[in-house]
Amino acid sequence: MPTPPAPFPVQIESLRPYLLRYATLQLRNPEAAEDAVQEALLAALVGEAKFAGRSQLRTWLTGILKHKIVDAIRRQGRERPAAELTPDDDGGELDTLFDRRGHWEDSPAAWEQPEGALGQKQFFAALEACLRALPERTARAFMMREHLGLETAEICKELAITPTHCWVMLHRARMALRLCLQKNWFGKT
Amino acid sequence: MMLSCKQTARLLSQGEDRELGFSERVALRVHLAICKGCRNVNAQFKFLRAAVKSLSLDENEEKPA
Repeated sequence: MPTPPAPFPVQIESLRPYLLRYATLQLRNPEAAEDAVQEALLAALVGEAKFAGRSQLRTWLTGILKHKIVDAIRRQGRERPAAELTPDDDGGELDTLFDRRGHWEDSPAAWEQPEGALGQKQFFAALEACLRALPERTARAFMMREHLGLETAEICKELAITPTHCWVMLHRARMALRLCLQKNWFGKT
Repeated sequence: MMLSCKQTARLLSQGEDRELGFSERVALRVHLAICKGCRNVNAQFKFLRAAVKSLSLDENEEKPA
């Protein structure tokens, strides 16, 4: 006989470690991540009726958590005075990729069948490791843009930086992730 | 406007984050037509966007007990 499913609160609690990892990757602040997860779990408890097994529980919870993360980012932007924030010190490393005339030192090779990687769990583990390796603010800006889908104008505002600085950070993130995935995934034979 | 690869990479990235101007788009197109490395980077930026958007952290926390 199949065992009956665990009570709803137990089910969602069991997903807490996963949600915490997800939130930490984006907020880069353990306390803020903890708070966002707590809020999401509370909202899930209150909204149990809305779940009704329509999707996977984890997918549903992740959706709620995404909103809480955006809230947390907006709150942090309001609470933290801009002067406290210092830019990530990762300038200059892009220069080593190019020669003096701005040509690639090593011309980037094509990635073989990148779509195939999207179906592989190990690929997402490699991507997560690459995201973790980014400097904190660069990573936050990048996740806000590419994962949460916020507009650049809002990201600049929340991080209290100019649009130009914002574009530079996002560009650095892309270049760093490109190199990291090249090294740890696509370039592996 | 002739772009270097460095400028091209920067513009490709900005194209993901803001509306590029007409002359920027033309300059990009000219450079991409002659530069395989930058074409690869363009495809990789777009792939990154898709990958990070669908990011799921599956598996790696569910280690067998």
